[in-house]
Order: sequence, then C-alpha cells, then structure tokens
Amino acid sequence: MQLIPCPWCGPREEAEFHYGGQAHVAYPEDPAALTDEQWAQYVFFRENPSGPFAERWSHHAGCRRWFNAVRDTRTHDLLAVYRVGEPMPEVTA
Amino acid sequence: MTFRTPTGGSIDRNTLLHFTFNGRPYTGHPGDTLASALLAHGVHQIGSSVKLGRPRGIVAAGSEDPTSLVQVEAPFSEPMLLATTVELYDGLVARGLAGQGRLSPEPDPARYDAKHEHCDVLVVGAGPAGLVAALTAARSGARVVLVDEQNQAGGALLGVDEYLDDRPSAEWVADVVAELKSTPGVLVLERTTAFGMYQDGFVLALQKRTDHLGFAAPASVARQRVWRIRTRQTVLATGAHERPVAFADNDRPGIMLASSARTFLHRYGVLPGSRAVVFTTDDSAYCAAIDLAESGVDIALVTDARPEPPARLAAECAARGIEVRAGHVVAGTDGDRRVTGARIAPLAATSPDLTVDCDTVLVSGGWNPVVSLFSQARGKLRYDAELGAFVPGEELPTVRVAGSATGELDLGACARQGRDAGAQAAAAAGFTPGGQVPLPVSDSRCTARSGLVLWRVPGDDDASFVDLQRDSTVADVLRATGAGLRSLEHVKRYTTIGTAHDQGKTSGMIAAGIVAEELGVELAEQRPTTFRPPFTSVSFAALAGRDRGELHDPVRVTSIHPWHVAHGALFEDVGQWKRPWYYPRDGEDLHTAVLRECKATRESVGMMDGSTLGKIDVQGRDAGKFLDMLYTNMMSTLKVGRIRYGVMCGVDGMVIDDGTVIRVGEERYLVTTTTGNAAKILDWMEEWLQTEWPHLDVHCTSVTEHWATIPLVGPRSRDVLAAVAPSLDVSNEAFEFMTWREAEVAGVPARVCRISFSGELAYEINVTAWHGIAVWEALMAAGEKYGITPYGTETMHVLRAEKGYPIIGQETDATVTPQDLGMSWAVSKKKPDFIGKRSFARAENNRTDRKQLVGLLPVDPAVLLPEGSQIVETDRLPEPPVRMLGHVTSSYPSAALGRTFALALVRSGHERIGETLYVPVEDSLVPVTVTESVLYDKEGARRDG
Repeated sequence: MQLIPCPWCGPREEAEFHYGGQAHVAYPEDPAALTDEQWAQYVFFRENPSGPFAERWSHHAGCRRWFNAVRDTRTHDLLAVYRVGEPMPEVTA
Repeated sequence: MTFRTPTGGSIDRNTLLHFTFNGRPYTGHPGDTLASALLAHGVHQIGSSVKLGRPRGIVAAGSEDPTSLVQVEAPFSEPMLLATTVELYDGLVARGLAGQGRLSPEPDPARYDAKHEHCDVLVVGAGPAGLVAALTAARSGARVVLVDEQNQAGGALLGVDEYLDDRPSAEWVADVVAELKSTPGVLVLERTTAFGMYQDGFVLALQKRTDHLGFAAPASVARQRVWRIRTRQTVLATGAHERPVAFADNDRPGIMLASSARTFLHRYGVLPGSRAVVFTTDDSAYCAAIDLAESGVDIALVTDARPEPPARLAAECAARGIEVRAGHVVAGTDGDRRVTGARIAPLAATSPDLTVDCDTVLVSGGWNPVVSLFSQARGKLRYDAELGAFVPGEELPTVRVAGSATGELDLGACARQGRDAGAQAAAAAGFTPGGQVPLPVSDSRCTARSGLVLWRVPGDDDASFVDLQRDSTVADVLRATGAGLRSLEHVKRYTTIGTAHDQGKTSGMIAAGIVAEELGVELAEQRPTTFRPPFTSVSFAALAGRDRGELHDPVRVTSIHPWHVAHGALFEDVGQWKRPWYYPRDGEDLHTAVLRECKATRESVGMMDGSTLGKIDVQGRDAGKFLDMLYTNMMSTLKVGRIRYGVMCGVDGMVIDDGTVIRVGEERYLVTTTTGNAAKILDWMEEWLQTEWPHLDVHCTSVTEHWATIPLVGPRSRDVLAAVAPSLDVSNEAFEFMTWREAEVAGVPARVCRISFSGELAYEINVTAWHGIAVWEALMAAGEKYGITPYGTETMHVLRAEKGYPIIGQETDATVTPQDLGMSWAVSKKKPDFIGKRSFARAENNRTDRKQLVGLLPVDPAVLLPEGSQIVETDRLPEPPVRMLGHVTSSYPSAALGRTFALALVRSGHERIGETLYVPVEDSLVPVTVTESVLYDKEGARRDG
C-alpha cells in the first residue's frame, strides 16, 4: 500500500485516493472552434509514457481536494506533488 | 514405545494434554506441537500425497514443512494446517489430509480483527540476529516492533543446545526479550508472521492470538489479528531453511531434515526414531547426528557426499562409534508407511552398494536463506554458488537483511550483522545510537561451512520428489525442460512446483538447480521465481477481520425504513441503500403485488419512499453559470420557486445522469441525482470546480440524508395533501406543475415539489429526515379513505416505463446520448457551450443508425420479454454472424395497458416505429412491434389531476 503525499494533508494511504488521468489537459477555450479531430484529441487521447508522468489525483476519502503529481510509471515513485494551478516542478527520474 | 527423552526440551512435562489424531487418542505436553506430540508416540505418517496417494510424514519442524497437512476438527473445523505449527492443546481433534482439506460448512464463531501500528524500525525474526538488531534499535530510542512466528523468541537457538556466554542460550534470549519488553516504545509480537511486504514500509503480519488455547480460548479475544504495520526502516532477520536433496523414494515417512530432527530433540525432547542414517552435503548435519547419538539414537551411518568429510566433526563421530562414509549418498530407500532402509551408493555410481536398515533418514543439502520478504520488497536476489541458494543481492534504502537470511551461517557473525543492521536502521530513521549491545559468544561445535551443492542423486527420477506436496518429481522437471521451457517461472507453472501451501520453501531452489543443470546454464544467469505474499497461509477469515456479515459493506437505510420493515416490505439493494422493492399482501408474489400497487396508484393514490434520491445543495454567486455548463439545458434562467428536469453528459456527449433542479434562491439550487449516482455526480462537480473552473464561486454539499422525500402519486394525491397541509393552496392554478412551495405538512415544515415520475398528478414532499416517519404515517392516515397504497421500486419502474422515462444505467450505458433517448428537447440550442455539446456535432453522434430508445409491444400481449434480450430483424435466424439491432432494457407487465411491454435500444429505432422485429427467447423468435417510448397517456392529460 503506497503512501501518496497529499499536498494538503501529507502522506496518506493510496486507498484514500482516486486517480484522475493525465494532468494539464485543459478544457478547450472554445470547443466550437475546434475541428472534430482536435476535439477528439481532447476527449479521447492521452499520453502513456514510460517514465515521469504528470497526472491528476483526488484525495477522495480525505480532504477531497484534487492535486497534481508526477509519477514514474516504471516504479510508481511519486517524484513530486503540487497543487492545482501550480506549474509542474522539474523532476529527475 | 515412547520417543520422548527423559529430560530436556521446553515442554511442561508435569502437565498431560489429551488429543485425538486420525481417531486415536494420544497424549502430549504444553509446549508440544501436534507434530512433536505425534513423533513422541512414534507416529510419522500424517497423511498421504495429493495425486499419488503415497504415505507422507513430517519433513521439517516449522512452517517450511511441505507435508504434514492436517485438518483440525475441534474445537472448530479448519483445513490445511501444518502439524508442525499447530500448538498442542487439550481436546485437540485432528486428522491427516491427502493434500486437500474441507472448509467448515458452519460459520466460524471466532472473532478476527486488524490493528494498525506505526514504528521506526520493524524487525522480522527473533533469532540471534533479529534480537540484537531490535535491542540495538531500541536502545537508540526508536519505536521498535519485533515480530516472530514462533511462540517464543530464539529462532534457530530453540533447536540447539548451544551455550551463549557460558550459559544456556535460552537465558541470553530471555534477557534480551526482557529488556525489549521493558523499553518504552517497543512492541514484541510472538506467534506473529510477517507475511507480506509492500511499498513505503507497509508490512502485513498475522498474529495467532488464541489458536493455541483451543477450547480455553476466550470468546472475547480475537482469535487472529492482522497487523498493518507502517515502518520507516525494516530489518529482515528471517533466517534460513534447511534444503533437502532429491533422491529416489525420498518422500517416505521417517525421512526428515537433519536440523529439524535436532529441533525436535532440543525443543520438544523428542527423538525422530531408533536408528538413523544421515545423508549430508555440509557440516551442520553432523551436529544433529552427534546430538541424537548422545540422546540414544543409533546413528547407523553418516554419508557425506563430499570427498573429504570435515576432520574434526568426523573425529567426533568416530569417538562415538559413528561410521562416516565420504563420497557417498543415499540413493534410495525401502519401506512403505515408514522408511525401513537406506540404499547407500557412491556419489558417482549408478547402483547402491549397500542397504542399511533404519527407521529414520536425516537429510541435509545445505541452507536456503529466507529471502521472501526481501524479494517482495523488490530487492534483487543474487545466486551464491558456494551456498547453492539465492541471497539478497543489493541494499535497499529502507530494508536491511541480517543473520542467516544473508547466507551467513556463523552465529557470532549473524549477531554482528544484526547489531549493524539495527544501528543503521535506527540511524536512518533519525536516532542516535544508545548503549552497544554485546555480541553473544557461542560454544557450538559446528563451525559453519558451506558444503557441496547437490540438487539430486541419480536414480529413479519418477520417485525422486522435488515438491512433496504437489507430488512433482525430478522427472516432471525434466519433462518441462524437455518440452523446451527455459525460464524458472515457466517450469514452476508447468510442474506446479512451489505452488502448494508452502510456496516452495524447500523445493523451489532444488527445482531451479535441476533446471540449470539440465539446460547447462549458470543459475547466476537465471531469474528466480517471484516471491509473492503471503509467506505462510492466511485464512480469509483473518483478512476479512470484522468486515463480515452486516459489517461487510455499509448498509444505508432511510428514516422511514422501520415502517417498511414493520409493513412487510421486501427490499432491493440499490448501491448501499436498502429500498422497499414491493409490499406483498397475503400470498402475493412480485407480479401480483406490483400490478396491484400500479393500479392503485394510477386510479387513486400511492406513495413511496424516495429519500435515497441523491441531493446536492449547490450554492454561490456562480451556481447558475456552473449548472449551465453541467446540464445540457439552461438552469441559470430558472426562476426561484420553479423546477426543471435536466440531463448531464460527459465530454463525449453521453448521458451520465438526470434529475430535477430546484431553484431555492438567487444563489442556491438543489440538484437531485439518481440514487446510485449521488456520490459520482458530487465528485464530477468537484472535479470541474477544482480543476477547470476554480474561479467560480460555487460550493457543493451532499444533503441526501438530510431530507426524507416522499412522492405522493395519483389522481387523489391532491386530496390527501390538502388534508394534511391545510395552509397550502393545492389547486392547479396556485401550485403549478414543476414548481415548489414551502408549507406545513402534518405540522412539519416541508418543501413540496410538483414533479412526477409516473405521469400522474404527484407531489414530492420533502421534510427533514427526523420527521420522515411521522409525515409518512400522517399521509397514510389521510389517504386511508382513498385506499392509499405504499409502493416500492418495482412499481416505480413500471409506472415510469409506461411513460417512457429512462432510468440512467438501465436504459443507458456509456454510449447513449440525450438525442438517442428522444430528449433533444432537453438539450439547449441557446447556450454557447456545456459539457458534451461539442461532441453532439461529431459525425459518430449523428449517424442515423445509432441505437435509440423505443417501446416494444410483443405481438402476443401475454409474452414478457426477458430484459437484456437481443433484437433481430428477421423471423428466422440467418447463419451467424447474426446482425443484432439492439437489446431490451426494461420489460414489465402493465396494469394500465392490460398487457406486457418493453423499452429497448434499437438501431435507427426512431425510424422503425411501426415495424415488426424479433426477439430470440430461448428457442423461439418472439415478434414485437416497435412503438414510441411513451406508451401511456401520450398527451400528458393526467399530469394535473
């Protein structure tokens, strides 16, 4: 049972968290202006890297806050956590 | 004849325990295991093997034993326990197994629980290394947890008669344990097996708290406890298991590991037999031979596979008249239910040159460090060619290994490793060293030395057992390599070696060695099979702990629930909620009760408990703007006092929920959701608010359980409401459809909404949950003269289906749009954007052959279509593949229609209205007519009463 460091609560067990997929995929400013393909990119397509990956987590059974984390998908190590709106920190895998 | 020594062992010889094994009575002493007590009576055969039915005995003295499986029958039936780890108690009833037990059909009356523990240093194993590690860490002030699977500390010391610092080793152990137990912040857990090691210092351990008490176990104490330990640093002092050698007929009762025989002698005062042959490849078996000889066992012969036996030990044997034959092995055995002879051969030869009569064969093929937890912690293993075993091959930042688990076999060196590991672990956890723990000095005559690595003796491969529990032989391993398997993982799966209760503790290394030998590869190049939890068997009861029965999953009930119970409702699980399903009267089944409930509601008045409906209070300056983005229709224009039905979609344009939105105030809305979706929709709202629109001033709060919600439904509902709410003008003019009013109902402040999920005139009465049952009863009383009828979820489903109202999750899956449901009217054309809008313009969403919601009327009005049935186009099934047009989502008999009907998702359904399609039901094709989804009161004439 991994510990996930919630930026609001500190380290808590992973069972308290929900995964929210890739971070920094903003809702488009003007969806109507997008082509079908651009819209489909937003709706359906996500990165799947081997290595550091910025993703969204929600401390669902805790403070219920969403935050962002950089996780190494090869090791599950959480390299950084940061609050919504903050830029992704530099990490070394 | 007794095999109990006159003195010695940590048993209480003054107390006699009576027990029954395989139907026969025996006696033993406190301190015995079932295995040691049986051996004391000369009983070696425990059961028989799972596939071949060969007699099987006791191979090892502890949890690594592959064979001594028993079923304990009293006090409570429990299968697949090891005789070597069942502590003896008075009245124990057990029987040997043939590899498989039987779960008790009775519920287990014992309690099980779990406990969380946090510490700085966890030490696993209370042998010399673990004890020194724990004490070193404890003296630094660290919070220390020491777990050990035995009922007393000491580890390997329990099975020898060594002196430490010139006194019995037990005294040294007792001193260390006493200091640990008296140190604040130190927890010593006996009978506790660390069985799983996970990320970030999370370790699961099973403590057997009252198993050993048998009938005397107090019911108030949890029988077993799962410790959920979170530690900063871990020291693994898990010891080593002696390894056997595979040779022909090596599975007969009476053949056991040499060190285990020594343990039975010193710990339990039990001799393994009268006359023994010792077969060894290293030094440690000599100690067993000498100790047993001194206790009266006739050691017929020591065969040492090495060309040169250890000089000093050989001399000690000679002094006791024990013959040592170097370069020889045991190549086979005789006997049936017990070994009666050992066939001795030179290592290089193919045929035995001598048979020695004996009732015991003691085997030592070297030592396997117990690296299971280290491997679970993702530590890499390394093959140690001298030891013939995998050992920890790297250092981990938070896990250290000490003692014989590293492959070190000398006691002094093990203790030193323990001290270093304890000190390093404490330092890594931020503690400075305390007083140094002195290292014990042993008088052991056995200087540890690695021996010859020998996996098997050539002979009858079909009778040379590698995994005794799985009945897997050398021949099976050769069959696997012969079939082209090269990876140890593949061989393990092909042969099943290492997959029994013991997880290959004694067999895995031998199998790996034979594979490497056969393939002509180096074991160092081989990846060992992955060690997985649990290290020893853990019962599901222990894992479940207290989360059984009613506590297995939370049960939610409404404030009106007791009334439903008292009035005979049958309940349906909806998420965690218990909802009244229907209220059968005498002799009624579901079908007749629901027809009655529907009829009463449509013709007079019915009432249901709708409290489980999800309710979310949405407040803030931007609440309207926010809801405009969430719903497909406009909510910001809703006037205070009015209600609007809304549909929510995902960004892909698929419906995720629906419900009503009540505008409570200028900056306040009450949103309702499907019962099962309440939590999901609150999460959905929070996700958008926090991650996309944090600038919006909106707050969402679940208020589901604050309100009791009672839909009062049917043409007489106005009369009933008027009777209990005299101050409320219930006329259609004063209280329009899709509006709400505050009023006193049955003397209680209420919010009354004019909404309908049945097409009938209906009021939804909301009061604080506290008053739910009182208001319900007042409504029942007021409706009595109209025959007011409580109804459940089944009737609700029928009434809404007759009106073509979909239930999200029943009529829909994640592929259905509002347009597919015929709800284009609920999709705003004015709003520039809302979640899902852009997807409605995708080509896929505009295909004319999308599955759309329609009604189906079976041509035979008595035929009820099974929900989930497929729909096809032709009255005869063509050759497969058959084109499926869709499926039946809801299907009921209808009192109002006087016939059966169904809702369905059908390709191009809206264009097919009037067509005849076919539904395969068992062997026939049922013809059905496609209709609009609204089947009852299409003009909506009943809405206003």
